[in-house]
Amino acid sequence: MPELLKLTTKDFKTDQEVRWCPGCGDYAVLAAVQGFMPSLGIAREDIVFVSGIGCSSRFPYYMNTYGMHSIHGRAPAIATGLAASRPDLSVWVVTGDGDALSIGGNHLIHALRRNVNLKILLFNNRIYGLTKGQYSPTSEQGKITKSTPYGSLDAPFNPVSLALGAEATFVARSIDSDRKHLTSVLQAAAEHQGTALIEIYQNCNIFNDGAFEKLKDNGVRDRHLIRLEHGQPISFGAEDERYGIVRMPDATLKAVPLEQAGDSVLIHDAHAPEPDLAFALSRLPDPATLSPTPIGVFRDVTRPTYDRLMADQLDDAARKLGSGKLAELLTGSDTWTIS
Amino acid sequence: MTKQVEKVDRVIIRFAGDSGDGMQLTGDRFTSETAAFGNDLSTLPDFPAEIRAPAGTLPGVSAFQLHFADHDILTPGDAPDVLVAMNPAALKANLKDVPRGGTVIVNTDEFTPRALTKVGYAADPLEDGSLDGYKVHRVALTTQTVKVLEGFDISRKDAERAKNMYSLGLLSWLYHRPTDATVAFLEKKFAKKPTIAAANVAAFRAGWNYGETTEDFVVSYEVAPAPMPKGTYRNIHGNLALAYGLIAAGHQSGLPLFLGAYPITPASDILHELSKHKNHGVRTFQAEDEIAGIGAALGASFGGALGVTTTSGPGIALKGETIGLAVSLELPLVICDIQRGGPSTGLPTKTEQSDLLLAMFGRNGEAPVPIVAPRSPADCFDAALEAVRIAVTYRTPVFLLSDGYLANGSEPWHIPDVADLPEIAPNFAAGPNKVLEDGSEEFWPFLRDPETLARPWAIPGTAGLEHRIGGIEKQDGTGNISYDPANHDLMVRTRAAKVAGIDIPDLEVDDPSGEAKILVLGWGSTYGPIQAACRQVRRGGQRVAHAHLRHLNPFPANLGRILKEYDRVLIPEMNLGQLSMLIRARYLVDAVGYNQVRGLPFKAAELAEVIKNLIASDAVGDSARAGV
Repeated sequence: MPELLKLTTKDFKTDQEVRWCPGCGDYAVLAAVQGFMPSLGIAREDIVFVSGIGCSSRFPYYMNTYGMHSIHGRAPAIATGLAASRPDLSVWVVTGDGDALSIGGNHLIHALRRNVNLKILLFNNRIYGLTKGQYSPTSEQGKITKSTPYGSLDAPFNPVSLALGAEATFVARSIDSDRKHLTSVLQAAAEHQGTALIEIYQNCNIFNDGAFEKLKDNGVRDRHLIRLEHGQPISFGAEDERYGIVRMPDATLKAVPLEQAGDSVLIHDAHAPEPDLAFALSRLPDPATLSPTPIGVFRDVTRPTYDRLMADQLDDAARKLGSGKLAELLTGSDTWTIS
Repeated sequence: MTKQVEKVDRVIIRFAGDSGDGMQLTGDRFTSETAAFGNDLSTLPDFPAEIRAPAGTLPGVSAFQLHFADHDILTPGDAPDVLVAMNPAALKANLKDVPRGGTVIVNTDEFTPRALTKVGYAADPLEDGSLDGYKVHRVALTTQTVKVLEGFDISRKDAERAKNMYSLGLLSWLYHRPTDATVAFLEKKFAKKPTIAAANVAAFRAGWNYGETTEDFVVSYEVAPAPMPKGTYRNIHGNLALAYGLIAAGHQSGLPLFLGAYPITPASDILHELSKHKNHGVRTFQAEDEIAGIGAALGASFGGALGVTTTSGPGIALKGETIGLAVSLELPLVICDIQRGGPSTGLPTKTEQSDLLLAMFGRNGEAPVPIVAPRSPADCFDAALEAVRIAVTYRTPVFLLSDGYLANGSEPWHIPDVADLPEIAPNFAAGPNKVLEDGSEEFWPFLRDPETLARPWAIPGTAGLEHRIGGIEKQDGTGNISYDPANHDLMVRTRAAKVAGIDIPDLEVDDPSGEAKILVLGWGSTYGPIQAACRQVRRGGQRVAHAHLRHLNPFPANLGRILKEYDRVLIPEMNLGQLSMLIRARYLVDAVGYNQVRGLPFKAAELAEVIKNLIASDAVGDSARAGV
């Protein structure tokens, strides 16, 4: 298929001027998505990007596919209707931490539990960018912003924990600037049948610059970043200081020096039927310091998709009852005739 | 003994009892028997919002009124000729509506001191003379039913519950209703519990036999079938007709129907009904909330489905932003508002017409939405088809304003011939529509049809027509984001012109004499009472005209001219004057409102008085002006 279509990155670019702030992490994500799309082997007309409102939600305008820039928070609901009625399409939702987790929190969790065939890219920059710098549902507690000059009071959401709690079948995390990693996660999400949530740590260089710097900086990131790979030991660290993740007697996870951990280092199982390991991994980083942060695919399990189940019900009904005849329906069984 | 049979031309019966007494079922069955017999009919269920309000209390009373006749009727009737009261609460809540001389059938078993005290009767109304002037039939419905069912292996509670079938049997005898269908209905309803089925049938038959044998009932009544145009009929509720109209529109347009909805009274039955018809390609999506319901419907529309959402007032309040998006995207979408008493939760099970201005204006910005309103339960079918025709032809969201009375009320429906239903053509875009100066071709999603001003509907999966749309203002033609002041002004005006220019039929005026000076203008479910009132006034030798709006946005092109042809315009509405406000603002006509928000439809007799008074005051005015 990819050979037949012969699409290139350029085919997915539109003639619209990209209008994010210079230096915004969104550029990197856009480049990664446009670069990876040809490998899907899906024709452009069969791909739809749906977004809500926010900086990230301008994304569809820059993708030369079908697209809809909709309402704040509602993209998962709109995309659900589209995907449920058109199982033939590849439907992508682009959203941000405010859009998906604040105003749209309800739709996000229900999309995840239903397992509609949607790929949700959640750009998390831990700040409201488009409205110029208020704290978001993922901002660290105590954050000083325009709307919280004395520090924010809310405890932040952990999007991966939230998605796992909402019965998501695919949950992953990546980072805007790590194109190779982001592409591999996008690929895994595209191959997944059902709702896939990818949290992308994305830098807002205007209102929350450097929020993920220690996870991105070449010099220090290895000390703070755990790269999850299915079937591989969960370990991280610089050359001189490697850690393994082990399960403590109280069932929590802990990073311990590799030499101490020995054989007890956990092996990552993204396909585990129960999400308990994935959830424990999502709780690993300190919310204030973000260390150590797992990236990669937390969970990837198979469950029938909503759109498929819905289509099956229609097919079953047609098989059992015959294709609906309008005249029969309108007449019903309880009639009288005047002649 | 020989019983007398009296012929009457029409009867209004009200069944009233506790919420758990099965009065709605009893009424439904009597209605089906009546429909099968060939009378014209109209029904009004009236029940509390609570599923099981405290037993024996006034708020717990559930009633069902049925009007049937040997001629064309329009309303469920003003005052019942017969009241069936299953307990003191039902008697107390309903007796005031029964004219003196009316028939009251009471279940004496429930008239215990405790039950009487509960509803505030100081003395037993069956004994203290307060029913003097009524024809009262005292029937021990509960004990007689239990006695009949002694031989059945069922609990006493189940036996007592069959008393509604006993009363149905009695009423069926009293009005010569055919009974076979009710027996068949009971056997089917309780197919899994044959003993219960047999007990209910026995109670039903015993009620009939009681009427036949007791000396308490010496007269029974015949209401001859009504002459109706040739054809096949069924009895239909408004919500069912609306659901069928949507399915029919799916067939006629070739678009798969997608309903996104959240349960809400009184709209939920449409969701229930549509969810049964998957073999018609109907997808129903019970969303997490009202916003997701309409969002999913709009998403489905973007994908080439017939997107529909159904709700009631509070749901519309939540859907406002998405309706605005649909206006901006210019995609087909049908929003069914089954209006109920408001504001807020209001009266969830009662009817009202108070969402007209919400439908008209309830969005940010200049966001015009066409509005269609059915006039009777069966008319919900045609109104749904019309709403879809406008939505698809003009690529616009459309409001369908039904209400609680239409939703639950029923009437005979002349089943249409499918071949006569209107065709609805989606005309999806198939290729580029713009040739550039260099000769190359492009697809412009906002390049309009010059006649309808509708934009092309290009659905995903169509190669070469990939495009992006959104809620941000679009450049005319290309659809690209545009913040240009002149372009915004143009787009706002163009969207308004598109809706204003929707092709709808002229308004017809019912004015048999052609000389009426007063016009009664209505919309929606007030059609029946207004038309019945006008007929009453005309029977009294006076003249009055009636016009009823199906389209409230845009208004029919001839409406302004019609309004100016009459000395006075009377607008009765179940709100505080919403259509009046629009008419006065738009046409500078000094319309007179007649407004009620009692949760019940207008009474024809009351409207007739209002019309007569207006005629009289005008006559006085004329005399004064003439110096008489």
